[in-house]
Amino acid sequence: MSTNGTNPLLKVDNLESYYGPIMAIRGVSLEVNQGQIVTVLGANGAGKTTLLKTISGVMDPEKGTVSLSGSAIQGSSPDSIVNQGMVHVPEGREIFPILSVEDNLKMGAYTRTNRAEVASDLKLVYEYFPILEERRSQEAGTLSGGQQQMLAIGRGLMAKPRIMLLDEPSLGLSPLLIKEIFTIIRRLNREQNVTMMLVEQNAKVALDVAHYGYVLELGRIVMSGEAGKLQQSKDVQEFYLGVQQETQRGQRRWKQRKTWR
Amino acid sequence: MDILQLIVSGLANGCVYGLIALGFVLIYKATEAVNFAQGDFMMLGAFITLGFTNTDYIGLPFWISVILAIGLMGILGYLLDLVVLRRMFGQSQVAMVILTIALGFVIRFIAGAIWGHEPQALESPIAGVDVRFGGLVLGMDEVVIIVVTVILTILLYLFFIRTKLGVAMQAASQNQLAAYYMGIPVKRIHSLIWALAGIVAAIAGILFASKGTIDPTAGLLGIKAFAAAVIGGFGSLPGALLGGLVVGLIEPFAARYLPAGYSQIAPYLLLVVMLIVRPHGILSQIQTKKV
Ligand SMILES: Nc1ncnc2c1ncn2[C@@H]1O[C@H](COP(=O)(O)OP(=O)(O)O)[C@@H](O)[C@H]1O
Ligand SMILES: [Mg+2]
Repeated sequence: MSTNGTNPLLKVDNLESYYGPIMAIRGVSLEVNQGQIVTVLGANGAGKTTLLKTISGVMDPEKGTVSLSGSAIQGSSPDSIVNQGMVHVPEGREIFPILSVEDNLKMGAYTRTNRAEVASDLKLVYEYFPILEERRSQEAGTLSGGQQQMLAIGRGLMAKPRIMLLDEPSLGLSPLLIKEIFTIIRRLNREQNVTMMLVEQNAKVALDVAHYGYVLELGRIVMSGEAGKLQQSKDVQEFYLGVQQETQRGQRRWKQRKTWR
Repeated sequence: MDILQLIVSGLANGCVYGLIALGFVLIYKATEAVNFAQGDFMMLGAFITLGFTNTDYIGLPFWISVILAIGLMGILGYLLDLVVLRRMFGQSQVAMVILTIALGFVIRFIAGAIWGHEPQALESPIAGVDVRFGGLVLGMDEVVIIVVTVILTILLYLFFIRTKLGVAMQAASQNQLAAYYMGIPVKRIHSLIWALAGIVAAIAGILFASKGTIDPTAGLLGIKAFAAAVIGGFGSLPGALLGGLVVGLIEPFAARYLPAGYSQIAPYLLLVVMLIVRPHGILSQIQTKKV
């Protein structure tokens, strides 16, 4: 995906975030271009969630900048960041369990004031997720895990974002549901022109939909490249795609060191 | 007939308990803090109204005083959160509890300093008037209390399910983090809930004062209302009202049929029994998180 020489929609520069004395994000820089799906891969505890929280204003960074369309947003409150067109679909769905499905969706549009536009976006969400329309008046807590993930994404869409931050949408879902949800993510990107920053442990599905990818380890970006190239990379294959490499002696190279260290 | 009168007067008391309990639950659901000054808010609301309308003080028309008192208590609730409680964000619940208990003392002291410690009657148009339904003679005050509580309950219900702000209040109390993610201004919502609790307390106070007298210790009624909230299911708004009604109904019957001295402990006895047999209250709202 070429950048057409324009500025990236989202640019993160040398970001550092702490939990008390613990440094969780250690100088991360990355870019997400308009129209792209960019994935950040990382194992459990790599700092993926912290990175997204820092970008969306739920956490304040200690150092570094986050810019959206060229204007600095680091340290702003989440509501002002949502207003500027960035929405965060959190890990673990985080729906409102005893609100109806439709009220959940409407809360996604809290910062918007144009009622007609919100109503037409609600229709749009129902087009992408017909099951949500079927369950519109049901309490969201009664939905299945996959439906809750759809609701979380739909609720994010209701903010009419230019860029959506997705935190492990595949978490805890069956392969079939993962496929369904990632198909919709790709469609939203193509048809609604929603730029996506997708954070995943499931490298296979993520690299399938993404244009570009980064690999995050212990709070640092250790590798980046076009999604296709990452899929071919031996290290990514071994450590994130679960491909077992054979040595001449036919044994798994269990002691192999990652070459990026 | 006699029983009916007992029921009506029990319900009227229960409405006041229920409204105070509602204040407890509103704040608890939103902020996970218990406002032990809720009863004193009620007392303050009553005294502000009394101060505006009684001829000994300012002598404004009753309805204007009511509106002023409700407005002032709303503003007070809002400012209290904005100026004091927001700074406590992230502190332990114990700190909040102690703070609100202290706040209750301060309010009692201030009310005593301004309006004195003697019981006073609110000069309200409904005090001391009787209404007759056939052979049944009821106090106008009691009828008005019940009617106002019903109307207020309906209005609150509509507010919480129909308005964007009301739904956002529910959302923020169900999942605060998610509310942040959606750009809902959670802190402002908290302040607005404190304002709402102040308004409800003021209404409860006016109702309370119109059926008797008020003095600065009237806020201790809050303890009974707290028991009512627990009985109803702490965390459920309908439960709070129901708990209030239950406590209100038990009292006159206990006074009537139990030996003297036992009737006052009836609500607390019920509380203990409830905590043993149904610890989450009548209308519990325990949610388990689905993965
Ligand atoms: N609330 C917290 N307090 C302290 N440390 C935390 C907290 N949340 C996460 N961490 C730590 O920060 C690091 C990154 O966590 P996280 O961003 O959740 O990783 P990921 O989303 O990639 O699994 C981990 O070492 C984790 O233990
Ligand atoms: Mg995570």
